[in-house]
Amino acid sequence: MIQVRELSKFYGKKAVVEKVNVNIHRGKITSFIGPNGAGKSTLLSMVSRLIDADTGEVLVDDHLVNKMKSNEFSKRVSILKQSNFMNVRLTIRELVSFGRFPYSRGRLNSEDLRIIEQAMEYMGLMEMQHEYMDELSGGQRQRAFIAMVIAQDTDYILLDEPLNNLDMKHSVQIMKILRRLVDDLGKTVVIVLHDINFASVYSDRIVALKDGRVVKDGPTNEIINSDALKEIYDMDIPIKQMNNCRICVYFNS
Amino acid sequence: MKKRYLLIALLLLSFFSLFVGVSSIKPMDLLDFKSEETEIFLISRVPRLVAILLAGAGMSIAGLIMQQLSRNKFVSPTTAGTLDATRLGILVSMLLFTNASTIEKMIVAFAFALAGTLLFMQILDRIKFKDAIFIPLVGLMFGNILSSITTFFAYKSNVIQNMSAWLQGDFSMIMKGRYELLYISIPVLIITYLYANRFTVAGMGEDFSRNLGLAYKRIVNIGLILVALVTTTVILTVGMIPFLGLIIPNIVSIFHGDHLKKTLPHTALLGAIFLLICDILGRVLIYPYEISISLMVGVIGSGIFLYLLFRRKAYA
Repeated sequence: MIQVRELSKFYGKKAVVEKVNVNIHRGKITSFIGPNGAGKSTLLSMVSRLIDADTGEVLVDDHLVNKMKSNEFSKRVSILKQSNFMNVRLTIRELVSFGRFPYSRGRLNSEDLRIIEQAMEYMGLMEMQHEYMDELSGGQRQRAFIAMVIAQDTDYILLDEPLNNLDMKHSVQIMKILRRLVDDLGKTVVIVLHDINFASVYSDRIVALKDGRVVKDGPTNEIINSDALKEIYDMDIPIKQMNNCRICVYFNS
Repeated sequence: MKKRYLLIALLLLSFFSLFVGVSSIKPMDLLDFKSEETEIFLISRVPRLVAILLAGAGMSIAGLIMQQLSRNKFVSPTTAGTLDATRLGILVSMLLFTNASTIEKMIVAFAFALAGTLLFMQILDRIKFKDAIFIPLVGLMFGNILSSITTFFAYKSNVIQNMSAWLQGDFSMIMKGRYELLYISIPVLIITYLYANRFTVAGMGEDFSRNLGLAYKRIVNIGLILVALVTTTVILTVGMIPFLGLIIPNIVSIFHGDHLKKTLPHTALLGAIFLLICDILGRVLIYPYEISISLMVGVIGSGIFLYLLFRRKAYA
């Protein structure tokens, strides 16, 4: 479990994240949702130690994260940021191999190689493993990054807007993969999402942020209702039940 | 571009280079250890070859590290102000110590090279608009500012002629006892190879590096120290060699990507080969006179650089 305690981040005097308390449960997909500038990405970056918190603390499996060695931390928690645009020419295989960096520092043993192969197999990247990242489509590239994270073999996988710049088909593909990571491999996934319907259909729990504070936190079915959404987004959003999915019809509200 | 072929080309060219020059030396002359030919060979030809190989490999590697760490294909010691900072350092050392020894010059110049490069990286951090062409332009401007400061103080203290010697790369002055500083390139190459994986990870950005548990800032600093070391030694012994650190890593990257462990040997070899070709041409074209290496590399290198620019546009 990841426990976030009284976490705050200030830019100048303005609090971007203010006294946030959240528990992230093991073996679940937790989505962070909320309007632009609510502090979702900042919160995720603090949990993953990419930026330092000003106050408060984060515990991963009861260990304080800023007391952990960076190498140990990178074996437990991995993060993919939205700005993973690549101008470095690496092949898929080379990128995925770097997922083993925390373990091997670049000198891969047979166990590493096995895990790398497995990760690429799992993401269906075996045929194109020698292609360069900068020549792939957005969906393929995102899959390669996820394969790298799988090779990194952390219990917790954090993703900052993984669906950015992806079309519908690839967005669905990525979300299904994340679902499988949780259901088949027992990973814990935390995602920052913009599309509330992806959050509704695929996540187990939802944390809603607004103006740097948590306004809702609970199982998906408790959050996806018109009252809660009104509080989060200041919009009247009707919910329609379709094929066991709750769809928020926000387009004309 | 196989390593094997590069190695063969390097050996052939090296052999050729040893026997090109004003006084004709044939391989058979070397059998007589006491002859004048053997002496010229050992005092001038061999040091020249070694200097070219070390400078070529060293500058290419320096460029490779800079491009990786700045995440920009057009950044190199030439386009990031490193060369100009080094020259400013040499000037300062000449003004501080009237008869500066090589080591004194080396230390001051190194400090300036490192400071200049760090400053450029700081500027790079602040720039929001990270266009591939815009960044090296900023670097060139930065370099020109440093260069004008150097010129100003060189004028005031009447060392302008002295300074221009560092401006022109030239291998004809290389002799035994004047190039040994360049051997620093060898440990730099080895360290770069040992750190190759870390540099590759660092090249994917700070967030990416931290996710993999890499001490990003430390790796960047180590890389910049290596770059400053190589640049300083090359300028002090040979002079400025423009474009080398820019074009060689780019050519290798097109064929072999950016995984440093894989591309490092190619980059070092190709850099040495390219410099060797330029040097041989410079010696042969207006025989028995010589065209300086910085002019040769400048002409051929800028042509290749333009080609790379247009090629990039075609892909973008």
